Amino acid sequence: MALPKHLAELAGEILEKARKFGLDPFKTIFEVVNYEVMNEIASYGGFPTRYPHWRFGMEYERLSKSHSYGLSKIYEMVINNDPTFAYLLEGNNLVDQKTVMGHVYAHSDFFHHNLFFSHTDRGMMNEMANHAARIRSYAERFGVEKVESFIDICLSLDNLIDIHSPFRVKKRRGKEEEQSGSDGESDPDKVVGIHKLRSKEYMEEYINPREFIDQQRQKLLKEQEQQRRIPARPEQDVLQFLLDHAPLERWQADILSIVREEAFYFAPQMQTKIMNEGWATYWHSRIMTEKALKSSEVVDYAESYSKVVATAPGQFNPYKIGVELFRDIFDRWNKGRFGKEWEECEDIARREAWDLKLGQGNDKIFLVRKLYNDVTFIDEFLTEDFCRRHKLFTFALNRRKNQWEIESREFQQIKEKLLFALTNFGQPTIFVIDANFENRAELLLHHKHQGVDLQTDYSKAVLENLYQIWTRPVNIQTVTDQKGTMLRFDGTEHSERSIDYEPIR
Amino acid sequence: MKIQQDHARYKRIVRGKIRQNLRRYMSRGDLIARKGKDLVTIPIPQIEIPRFRFGMKNTGGVSQGDGEPGDSLGPGEQQPGSGQAGDQPGEHQLEAEVTIEELAEIMAEELELPRIQPRGKELIESAKERYTGISPVGPDSLRHFKRTYRRALKRTIASGTYNLDDPVVIPVRQDMRYRTWRIDTQPRSNAVIIYMMDVSGSMGEEQKEIVRIESFWIDTWLQSQYKGIESVYIIHDATARRVDRETFFRTRESGGTMISSAYKLCERILEEEYPAEEWNVYPFHFSDGDNWSVDDTQECIRLLREQLLPAVNMFGYGQVESPYGSGQFIRDLRKTLDEAENLILSEIPNRDSIYDSIRTFLKKGM
Repeated sequence: MALPKHLAELAGEILEKARKFGLDPFKTIFEVVNYEVMNEIASYGGFPTRYPHWRFGMEYERLSKSHSYGLSKIYEMVINNDPTFAYLLEGNNLVDQKTVMGHVYAHSDFFHHNLFFSHTDRGMMNEMANHAARIRSYAERFGVEKVESFIDICLSLDNLIDIHSPFRVKKRRGKEEEQSGSDGESDPDKVVGIHKLRSKEYMEEYINPREFIDQQRQKLLKEQEQQRRIPARPEQDVLQFLLDHAPLERWQADILSIVREEAFYFAPQMQTKIMNEGWATYWHSRIMTEKALKSSEVVDYAESYSKVVATAPGQFNPYKIGVELFRDIFDRWNKGRFGKEWEECEDIARREAWDLKLGQGNDKIFLVRKLYNDVTFIDEFLTEDFCRRHKLFTFALNRRKNQWEIESREFQQIKEKLLFALTNFGQPTIFVIDANFENRAELLLHHKHQGVDLQTDYSKAVLENLYQIWTRPVNIQTVTDQKGTMLRFDGTEHSERSIDYEPIR
Repeated sequence: MKIQQDHARYKRIVRGKIRQNLRRYMSRGDLIARKGKDLVTIPIPQIEIPRFRFGMKNTGGVSQGDGEPGDSLGPGEQQPGSGQAGDQPGEHQLEAEVTIEELAEIMAEELELPRIQPRGKELIESAKERYTGISPVGPDSLRHFKRTYRRALKRTIASGTYNLDDPVVIPVRQDMRYRTWRIDTQPRSNAVIIYMMDVSGSMGEEQKEIVRIESFWIDTWLQSQYKGIESVYIIHDATARRVDRETFFRTRESGGTMISSAYKLCERILEEEYPAEEWNVYPFHFSDGDNWSVDDTQECIRLLREQLLPAVNMFGYGQVESPYGSGQFIRDLRKTLDEAENLILSEIPNRDSIYDSIRTFLKKGM
């Protein structure tokens, strides 16, 4: 439904205010929808059209149940696209609609300017519809069941992507191979390309000692062998690897590439959850409280704001942490509370009164929203002061009592745990390291263990799915209870054995 | 809406999962606790899409608020709160809600149960009048004033006789409109389930649990087949008494066993409250098959043959196995009442056989 006039006017007002603050959103198109449509769109991850799949139906069931029980209500939804599409819930009061508009413009500004969104497809709205059309046509040709269960398989692998790969310049594989392969001389040292220093014959032993040369040769031979391996280096973009090397039919490859593309599209949103929501909340609160709020609306606004930033023990609210961090940065850079002198100052009274009146807060937060993601954001701006002020703590399971407990309020532990949860958007880091494992065309994956084990039953189920794609036995190296473990699925049964776990990289 | 298609797919998958695991659900009691008025919650394993993920037990997370290290945040079964940083899904098992009717349907598909043909005439239980439309004829008491007036007004204006200064509108015969109604009758067949259970000393907790699970599934099925259903609970050792549902499953006596006492009580209740010509009657009796005496067994057989079997749709006897019982009763019934079509006997040695037992009881569709 097109925006009714009074809302369109409101949107114009809010946009003007947002621009005055320096926000630069994409053109934003609002639509008003009722809660059913809102739930539908939310089930589709924000898009009006997705390919047919049961999990959207599952999400819809969950959303409509929790809506009808009054447990949740989706106020807004916004899609990273140019133009940005956003949905307003029909029947919300005007204060809420205004707040949502401010929130949406800030999201759109974030999509527009944050580095990690720079590679996302800004025509995703159409692209999603294309995907849907392609998959529907496959479903017609090959059968709904068959296509849907193949999508299940692809989805179960869709976290095996390298979120940094869009930023890497693609190396041209052909050239490298040519160079190393064309060298046909007989000198074994030359074949492996050992660099010898020039020397007189009688000095040879001293300048290029035998052992050293041998050592170098070994190293290079090993590297060369590595080159012949597929993949040459551990590859984190497992989906791309499968697209390149797995025996897939055309339609299957297409579906896998669709799933991969969508995973890359959504990845930056997971990479910047805290920042993105923090930024949107920060600006809706400033726009509302400084410019747009009428006095009769204050109570309603305060109520809805308090819900957005509510916290409960055991929960982590990215809106709350995000908005408070931006406020903290704003304040610190205004007062010059950064740099060596500030860090080293231990005089509490001096710190309390510290104000260099730099006024750099605004520039700083805009710079931060441009260049950072959650990991670097937390790493750089989560301070001990902040943790204390906002009463952060870590919690863990006490196995003996079988209950969750507050574990620590130590700054280092909090930061470490938070960073870990955010690294690789909270997903385990997994590489393909060999496509011809044991010289039997088996697939070997490697879980880069960073202190937390994989959940074995899930791993096994994933291996079963992976086998469907690879069609040869699949293996993964990991660590379980501090012991190196190889999980294997050979098409009929699972096995598990101990190995020497050698971490890569 | 487009989502309806996906939603229907999801529902089908859930149904499929329940069907697949029905045998397991039927051997466990945990569904009973999840039964609400019209809904049953069923925990469904592995319907979500598996991915490589961290075992949550090892991780925990970061949160904020008051409290000292060591303070509890909640029991260990589930991740406290939700919405972990990094958006990891909480560790919850998926639960599907199905209506009791759906569950019965799934059960019918899986167990290949025929629908029951209710005996005798259907009682017209409720007749509801509903105003459903408008008609040009009817009694004056049901005249629809507004519609009648509107038509009269239209006609007056169309005929050019309408005078703004003297706006008199006189309805004539053709202008009259009346409310019409329809009588929605709901033919209901009434049914009564009479649960009888041996609570003598030899029936242990496990045996009673089996009876409890059996009764859950019998209830589920019969509820889906009859609109109005009532239940009667009778416990007995050497004597029988009528109790409520809670007492039925909780009571444990230590005396001997006279099964005939229960059958007599059952017969009397039927005669007084549930006459055979108006009610579909389903007595189920559960015992470990250890009756007091041969004489009493003879008495039971006589009661069944002469009084009960002719008056009921079917009579189910389920014999659970207990370490004390001789299990003789079912053999005696089998020997003497083999020809009785509506006496259904089922041995239930353990929980795993509940599935087959239910099928035995219900597959005849009586």
